[in-house]
Amino acid sequence: MSKDLFNQTEALIFDKSRPGHKAYFLPEMSIEKLDKNKVIPSHLIRKTEADLPEVSEIDVVRHFTHLSNKNFGVDTGFYPLGSCTMKYNPKLNENTARLPGFSWLHPYQPVETIQGALQLMYLTQLSLAEITGMDKVTLQPAAGAHGELAGIKIIKAYHDSRGDTKRTKIIVPDSAHGTNPATATMAGFQVIEIKSSSEGDIDLDALKAVVGDDTAGFMLTNPSTLGLFERNIKQIAEIIHGAGGLLYYDGANTNAIMGITRPGDMGFDVVHVNLHKTFSTPHGGGGPGSGPVGVKEFLAKFLPIPTVEYVAYKDKYILNYDIPESIGRMKSFYGNFAVIVRAYTYIRALGADGLKMSSEYAVLNANYLKKLVGKHLAVEAPERFCMHEFICTPKNIHETGVHTLDIAKRMIDYGYHPPTIYFPLIVEEAMMIEPTETEGIETLKEFAEVVAAIVNECRTDAEIVKTAPHTTYLRRLDEVKAAREPNLRYRRPVVE
Amino acid sequence: MNYIPVTELEKEEMLKEIGINSIDELFRDIPEDLKFKGELKLPKGLSEYETRKALIKMAAKNTDMNQLANYMGAGAYNHYVPTLVDHLLSRSEFYTAYTPYQPEISQGTLQSIYEFQTIVCELFGMDVSNASVYDGATAVAEAMVMACDKKKTEIILSKGLHKEYSETVETYANGMGFTVKYAELDEGITPVEAFEAQATDATAAYVVMYPNFYGCIEDIQKIADAAHARKALLIVSVSDLSSMGILEAPGNLGADIVCGDGMPFAGPLSFSGPSIGLIATTDKLIRKLPGRIVGITEDLEGKRAFVLTMQAREQHIRREKASSNICSNQALYALANNITLSTLGKYGLKEMAENTLTNAHYCRDKLLEIDGIEMLYDQPFYSEFALKLPIPARVLQKHLLKHEILGPVDMGIFDEELSNIGLFFVSEIRSKDDMDRLAVAVEVIINEQRFI
Repeated sequence: MSKDLFNQTEALIFDKSRPGHKAYFLPEMSIEKLDKNKVIPSHLIRKTEADLPEVSEIDVVRHFTHLSNKNFGVDTGFYPLGSCTMKYNPKLNENTARLPGFSWLHPYQPVETIQGALQLMYLTQLSLAEITGMDKVTLQPAAGAHGELAGIKIIKAYHDSRGDTKRTKIIVPDSAHGTNPATATMAGFQVIEIKSSSEGDIDLDALKAVVGDDTAGFMLTNPSTLGLFERNIKQIAEIIHGAGGLLYYDGANTNAIMGITRPGDMGFDVVHVNLHKTFSTPHGGGGPGSGPVGVKEFLAKFLPIPTVEYVAYKDKYILNYDIPESIGRMKSFYGNFAVIVRAYTYIRALGADGLKMSSEYAVLNANYLKKLVGKHLAVEAPERFCMHEFICTPKNIHETGVHTLDIAKRMIDYGYHPPTIYFPLIVEEAMMIEPTETEGIETLKEFAEVVAAIVNECRTDAEIVKTAPHTTYLRRLDEVKAAREPNLRYRRPVVE
Repeated sequence: MNYIPVTELEKEEMLKEIGINSIDELFRDIPEDLKFKGELKLPKGLSEYETRKALIKMAAKNTDMNQLANYMGAGAYNHYVPTLVDHLLSRSEFYTAYTPYQPEISQGTLQSIYEFQTIVCELFGMDVSNASVYDGATAVAEAMVMACDKKKTEIILSKGLHKEYSETVETYANGMGFTVKYAELDEGITPVEAFEAQATDATAAYVVMYPNFYGCIEDIQKIADAAHARKALLIVSVSDLSSMGILEAPGNLGADIVCGDGMPFAGPLSFSGPSIGLIATTDKLIRKLPGRIVGITEDLEGKRAFVLTMQAREQHIRREKASSNICSNQALYALANNITLSTLGKYGLKEMAENTLTNAHYCRDKLLEIDGIEMLYDQPFYSEFALKLPIPARVLQKHLLKHEILGPVDMGIFDEELSNIGLFFVSEIRSKDDMDRLAVAVEVIINEQRFI
């Protein structure tokens, strides 16, 4: 009897548990086992074991291999998830991150024994400062949103240090990532949302109308979440700085601009970048990422502790905790180091040329694909060149009654990961497509042909699109049921 | 080098389709004076071979723990991680995917997170867990955000909480308008009275580490009772996660939110991680949990399926009203924790914990035989213990390196007054020989130093 491994439900690891099976072999003990009752108060001793599975090594390996078969990654196929920069994750970076001299280090090792690790961090800080046009960088934040929090806290610390405590508002455009307003709230600010123009540019009049002496800062993504370069960036910087506020750069879209333009030169005071987007480190199914933050010199004294410094006269790298005006610590230890090793490897391999070329080709690919897709779907800002991503919608086939979600699901049937959908919120039925520079022309052509085929289906057999996907072992899911009847963990059935 | 699979000829074809002559034209929206002139000041790119050599050279400047017997813990605990973990993590269907927004093609990640949530609940004795936060320190900070509200604005941290965790909590509290207070230790543990002395009607939660920063096992049941009597929550931060193989689950002792750090079960410590923050709570507080949560549902045909759920808490829906700003978490390391703990299983974790307890006590006893060494606090402990040394811990540490021994953690880095305190961590991977060798080396070094 044959079974299709890719088309069946995988039992939970807990259901595979069989008494007596084991997959672990710990070092043999040569000292007599201590009676725990003699050294731990009885009420603090565990009465029942955590109900973990009892399985053999082969069971574990097959279980997780089967699970991996139910996943789609960049290595599986085209993954044009807008705003996430799903570029190829070089295999070399996986190897360097696993070098024992990087991976087998304890965070509290004496500084003499971690000079290579600190040097790598220091050089990564310098490289990111150069790429973004900032003066000083911290690698501590563990993800983009964590970087945003550090950055907004730095803005708060700056105003507080000047006794300017009436600045209680952070302005964000309505096109912003959800993390921007959520971050501003977590940093204790009130969020003021301003509308964007129909082209996704910041509406300067709307901005002028809300700035004032209560403005702490403005958070902006540039290129914007519509994939367009904010043409009025200089005026925006003048308006914000003129009101005494600071300008925050959400670096989610940095992949469009390396070596081409720099946030520091645009007037931004604080930036974060996502190493897991622009700098090719893998997204890991939802992390770990890394969200370094760069600042202009006048804000350096507020960076989180510790920073990595180079002491030239001793030719030695150190961790500096002596930053009296620091916003404090963002997490334990120093950052997602293994992610930083991967990003450094990438920067070192590509160099200035390679990074610039990456951005150029990211933008070339996006515009080429926009052109091809634009023959079948409505694209936003058709007369402008996009940066690394663009937005399209099924507006032009409105009469078919097919929605963005349907098209996205149908793309799965054709072997593609769908783009980001229903974001940015200001474009109805948005599909945000970011091809990245690591895709070839054939892939882009094929994807455009698939879009054409789906659009054709919408007109001739809309039902097949509305009920997609059909080729996956799961059909569309009941998300409402998941939320109404939460089942968030396994509980072993009680045996009579 | 670069990773661009486009030839010159193909580039020309693409430019033609777009209707332009050069890539530069695509950047016409960027004001001319904002265009970066010249070349970024970065080293010239390298080939793959040269890059690897350069990185190998840099890594060689570090002393890796594999060459040493390690006795450092203090938040970064080195336990046995099965070889299969890294192999399975390295399946690129896992590591090159992102957040499972499209559940039909992300069931691998989603099912793994569901299993992970189950394991975290089992370890901690709680009802519900999320898909992870950044690390143990931010887990406590997020727990504070869960516990506090407009009326309950204060949180009391035990002085036995890892110092870097307390600092992180302070960073998060500052700006949200929350006040952080401290309960002092008495002989290494936090007496209930120390919390009560600080508590007011605005106290949202007591926070205690288990075992604490000095290795001492706190009586969290008493502290839970006291917190609840005040209508405050108890937040427990589990230090060495393997202790859950032997210590009573915090949930069974009255904890309302339990945090931890999964670094020991994620793989090598990698200097600073990535580690992974665990956070679990009771059904009552479920809507306050930050970040991703995976639940079970069905597809159209009634087949079991996993999906991100209860997203109305999250930043991409609620924006400024979200329970947290967290978006990316540490998903790959949640997978690692799932794999490691599935491999260890029910009895492996228990055996690991019992062996760790045995080794740590053997090691402590051996070191106490040395003249001039005393326990800092005489309290029950699990894998870590703090010793008063007759010489600075920093000096001992430096000389032990010559004996190929790493550790102990010098407590002077957290508080200058503790510069003679060494915090030793011992796990199941240390052999009797290792520990005997440590004791001999410590004795030799102390005697030498005294002579000097």
